[in-house]
Amino acid sequence: MEALEKVRITVKVNGKIYTHDIDPRLLLVHYIRDYLGLTGTHVGCDTSNCGACTVILNGKAVKSCTLYAFMADGGEILTVEGLEKDGKLHPIQEAFWENHALQCGFCTPGMIMTLYDFLSRNPRPTEEEVRRAIEGNLCRCTGYQNIVKAALWAAERMRGGGGDE
Amino acid sequence: MSFIHRAREARHIGKPVKRKEDPRLVTGRGLYVDDIKLPGMLYAAFVRSPYAHAKIKGIDVSKAQKIPGVVGVFTGNDLRGKIGPIPTGWMLTGADLKVPEWPAVAYDRVRFAGEIVAVVVAQDPYVARDAVDAVEVDYEPLPAVVRSEDAIKPGAPQLHEGVPNNVAFRWRLRGGDDFDEVARKAGRVIRQRMINQRLIPSAMEPRGAVAEYNRYTGELTMWITTQNPHVHRLFLSGILGIPENKIRVIAPDVGGGFGSKIPVYPLEAIVGRMAIELGRPVKYVETRRENFMGTIHGRDHVEDVEVAVDGEGNVHGIRVKTLANMGAYLSTAAPGVPTILFGTMLSGPYKIRSVDVDVIGVFTNTTPVDAYRGAGRPEATYILERVMDLVARELKLDPAEVRRRNMIPEAPYTAVTGLVYDSGKYLEVFERALKIADYEGWRRRQEEARKEGRLIGIGISSYIEMCGIAPSRIARATGFGMGLWESAIVRIHPSGKVTVFTGTSPHGQGEDIAFAQIVAEELGISPEDVEVVHGDTASVQFGLGTYGSRTTPVGGGAIALAARRVREKARKIAAALLEAREEDVMVEGSKFYVKGVPEKFVTLQQVALAAYTADKLPPGVEPGLEATVFYDPENFTFPYGTHIAVVEVDRETGAVKILRYVAVDDAGVIVNPMLAEGQVIGGALQGIAQALYEEAVYDASGNLLTAGFNDYLIPTAKEAPKIESYFYETPSPHNPLGVKGIGETSTIASTPAVVNAVLDALAHLDIRHIDMPLLPNKIYSALREKGVV
Amino acid sequence: MYPPRFSLIVPSTLDEALEILSKYGENAKVLAGGHSLIPLMKLRLASPKYIVYIGKLQGLSYIREEAGRIHIGALTTHATIESSDLLAKRNPLLSETASRIGDLQVRNMGTIGGSLAHADPAADYPAAMMALNAEIVAKSIRGERVIKASDFFKGPFTTALRSDELLVEVRIPALNGFFGTAYEKLVFRAMDFAIVGVAAMLEIDKTGTIVKAGVGLTGVGSTAVRAKGVEEELIGKPASIDTIVKASARASENLNPPSDIRASSEYRRAMAVVMTRRALSRALEAAKARMKGQG
Repeated sequence: MEALEKVRITVKVNGKIYTHDIDPRLLLVHYIRDYLGLTGTHVGCDTSNCGACTVILNGKAVKSCTLYAFMADGGEILTVEGLEKDGKLHPIQEAFWENHALQCGFCTPGMIMTLYDFLSRNPRPTEEEVRRAIEGNLCRCTGYQNIVKAALWAAERMRGGGGDE
Repeated sequence: MSFIHRAREARHIGKPVKRKEDPRLVTGRGLYVDDIKLPGMLYAAFVRSPYAHAKIKGIDVSKAQKIPGVVGVFTGNDLRGKIGPIPTGWMLTGADLKVPEWPAVAYDRVRFAGEIVAVVVAQDPYVARDAVDAVEVDYEPLPAVVRSEDAIKPGAPQLHEGVPNNVAFRWRLRGGDDFDEVARKAGRVIRQRMINQRLIPSAMEPRGAVAEYNRYTGELTMWITTQNPHVHRLFLSGILGIPENKIRVIAPDVGGGFGSKIPVYPLEAIVGRMAIELGRPVKYVETRRENFMGTIHGRDHVEDVEVAVDGEGNVHGIRVKTLANMGAYLSTAAPGVPTILFGTMLSGPYKIRSVDVDVIGVFTNTTPVDAYRGAGRPEATYILERVMDLVARELKLDPAEVRRRNMIPEAPYTAVTGLVYDSGKYLEVFERALKIADYEGWRRRQEEARKEGRLIGIGISSYIEMCGIAPSRIARATGFGMGLWESAIVRIHPSGKVTVFTGTSPHGQGEDIAFAQIVAEELGISPEDVEVVHGDTASVQFGLGTYGSRTTPVGGGAIALAARRVREKARKIAAALLEAREEDVMVEGSKFYVKGVPEKFVTLQQVALAAYTADKLPPGVEPGLEATVFYDPENFTFPYGTHIAVVEVDRETGAVKILRYVAVDDAGVIVNPMLAEGQVIGGALQGIAQALYEEAVYDASGNLLTAGFNDYLIPTAKEAPKIESYFYETPSPHNPLGVKGIGETSTIASTPAVVNAVLDALAHLDIRHIDMPLLPNKIYSALREKGVV
Repeated sequence: MYPPRFSLIVPSTLDEALEILSKYGENAKVLAGGHSLIPLMKLRLASPKYIVYIGKLQGLSYIREEAGRIHIGALTTHATIESSDLLAKRNPLLSETASRIGDLQVRNMGTIGGSLAHADPAADYPAAMMALNAEIVAKSIRGERVIKASDFFKGPFTTALRSDELLVEVRIPALNGFFGTAYEKLVFRAMDFAIVGVAAMLEIDKTGTIVKAGVGLTGVGSTAVRAKGVEEELIGKPASIDTIVKASARASENLNPPSDIRASSEYRRAMAVVMTRRALSRALEAAKARMKGQG
């Protein structure tokens, strides 16, 4: 069994397939940002707390700063850049805009990706459940209130409702 | 968003219009400093001192230099002549201010853990980090001092030559009658020591910079996480010795600041110098740990408070002796924060006749302290609001009643500190807040809960603060390095579309839309037809930036005046087009018509085109349609209001739960209530975080123990209570729009509201004061001390 | 934020993995979900020469019942444990504990094997491991070893695992009868490690007597501990709040919790009692509800 200094990975990101030879120590977040140029995924801390780097890996929200890129080999990744469909915002993105759920916007992509996972599993959440779902995403601007509001608004939209309260 | 009282009907100003930048930001198309990648770009990393205080005996960079991919390694001595010291921008007057040298890269001594001692540049950030580990620094550790009280004691470790006893400054303010005299007459003095703990601003985006140097033109372009790009350019010009007009500073999307991105730091100077030295673009972005150690902290006061009060609960005077921990060096605005922005606010919204403040600024072996959201006003408000509750406690009065007796009914009002409060119905807003929060009802519920052994508390915080620090002659008189006006250009293009250039630099507050609303209101057009440009010194005229809740009152004021000036010119041109006398031309929305003949009109668009075709201009009118305004307000603005918190304390664990939070604020005319409410809610959580969770903790030798989000407790969505926000509008006569500023009010108000609520819950248990943050273990200790658990 | 260099080894079978571990021993670190090791490496608090990535090994992610015990593969994520129907029915203590680990994203990636092998003294699972008298299965080329939870945790970040061993499985009882469980975690902020965490399991019989009890505490010392005094005080006693209050008082026996920037030793000792009482009270309610439902 060989000990590798370089490793080849193939991943599907936002529907597109990429292959790269990388250092084993390259973090997934740096792969996404620097190799793929998808800079919507952010780095806000170094202790896996802030969640600004959250992406969807194989259907689940993960902190891409706490994975080596090689761990995603063969997997499918969705980043915030991949959420729009036919030039239209995803309901969660629209909800953030509509409900003033962002200020500086730095935590926003991570928040949106966490909610993307959460709402796919829990389409009819309570406010308390939303708050718990995003406890691994820190925001310093909004006090979370409008983020929670946006999540509930998006949930309704995604269920096919009007979205207006 | 609810209005209790509106000053005017909403047309464009006053409407909750959605932001312009959001579609970009929610799709990941923002552009933050770390997103910038230039061809051939190199990555810098910093060797930082693990010691809070040490001599640098030697640095061996040879191993680091040999690592493949490393392009350069620089020590403080290598860079001494090439990067000047980091200056202070607020040369506080009349305070015997000492400004010791702050080298961008330490060369002989380090004075706080995290101080930069060497710089590594490599082709890859991972390699740069490897090289940091390979730099060997020989330190001789020195005794360190962390607490301000310890630093001024005889025999304490001395940080700087020529700064005896580590005293950076001594500042005094005496307002009104002599305190001792007032106290003698009042008959009673209440004393309390209070700690306003050190906080870490924690903007979600760490700080960073990218620099590119063109050696043929001599131009240095820098993308910096800054709240004030022009100020950065001016400082960097001095620090790097490059003409100001050869530096371009760009603030791209900036991920929050809260004051921490105002100062000029070693970081940006080093990155700029590296780009020049190496001839290639260079990037550096802090890790969070570096951010916590190398970016400014806030607050850190020890206050000894005395209040002169009579038997009826009337507060006649206040005397405060403050030790303000400045950290190891004086950051950009640092000297003004615990003095001008603090001491002058110590009579608050109350009829206090005597204010007596002594502030000693103290150097310690800690990260420098500067303006953090609220900057001085939260510290002052905390004192006053704790005082009101202590007075109530001592005299067995209701805390609401004590405030009622002491509150200034309304403005204008001249405080003993010399400030002239602009406008407001202080007492009415206070009473409205009590009513909305159902204060009396909660008092009853508190009584019932106590019978069951439950601990419910109600906390009030009535604040006043000052924004838009101006006019410039006042700012300058305090030693501020620059005027505090703001600039704007309103440019109507030939097609009638408008671009606004503002010297402010919003970084999340969303003023792009607020400014568009202001222009739309003034010119009778749609906000969609207005683009706002800021954050680039190459396209925007000199401006002071975004901080101190000045952006809408001062920056927006400048824009309104510029729009009015443009409209006046447009009216002249319209008169020519309508072949009428100027004084007969009426303006309605974007239409100009001759008095009495509204059906015969020209539109702003037609006027704009005429301004550029320029063949039908009246005599003396130049072509083009734009105006530049440098607006220096005549006075500060003074937002005020009352916040009420209701909490329940778990008597077993000491955990605090906020049951209700009501904010009633008068920030003057609200330009965009959606944005304003966002500021209130977010600001409230930041203040609540100080009350309940956050504290920067050092050990005795100066290691920062809370160097990450794992140990520094920024609240999550689970801790955040629902904030109910209400606005009461009384226009400020001090600026053209009547706005006062809303960026900091809530952070100022919420901290004492929550602390008062918690201590109110414990009042019947004879617990008088607990210093922040009121973490469960602290409350538990207090309960235990009283034998409750 | 930039981990140190390492060489990567990706075994494709368990046997290969064990061979590698026997070859590289102390120089190698096992990587699964990454949520214990990578944070340390990002801060350069760990710099293993070799990393053996087992995240893709087949057949190590499962939850199944075998002969009255539930077997959980080492690579099973916290999220899978949290949402397992089998555990919800047969041992909800583990799923509740998993639901309180870190945050949603951490639970999606973190694995039970990784968490236990990391042995953070304030981690959540160890409390349940103690309360449930769990068994931890370690494999090496030398064979398989079943280690009792009480023998597994040796100190902060130290376990009974030898350098050539891989944690492959966790076994907990499938609970029977009128049982109830609860995990009470005291944190000052969501997503944090526990100040004190208490996992409790009770079983009562038809007469309303406590016949089984398991109580495990985390955050209170160098490893998670089993509150033997509390258990003693419960077994054979009537299933009442009085019993629980009395038993919980013994939760702080022999505890010497750490003092740190968040909480004092004294506070943790006191909270051990409070959280034990709360966990047991909730477990008791659940047990009674089960009796009511079935009886």
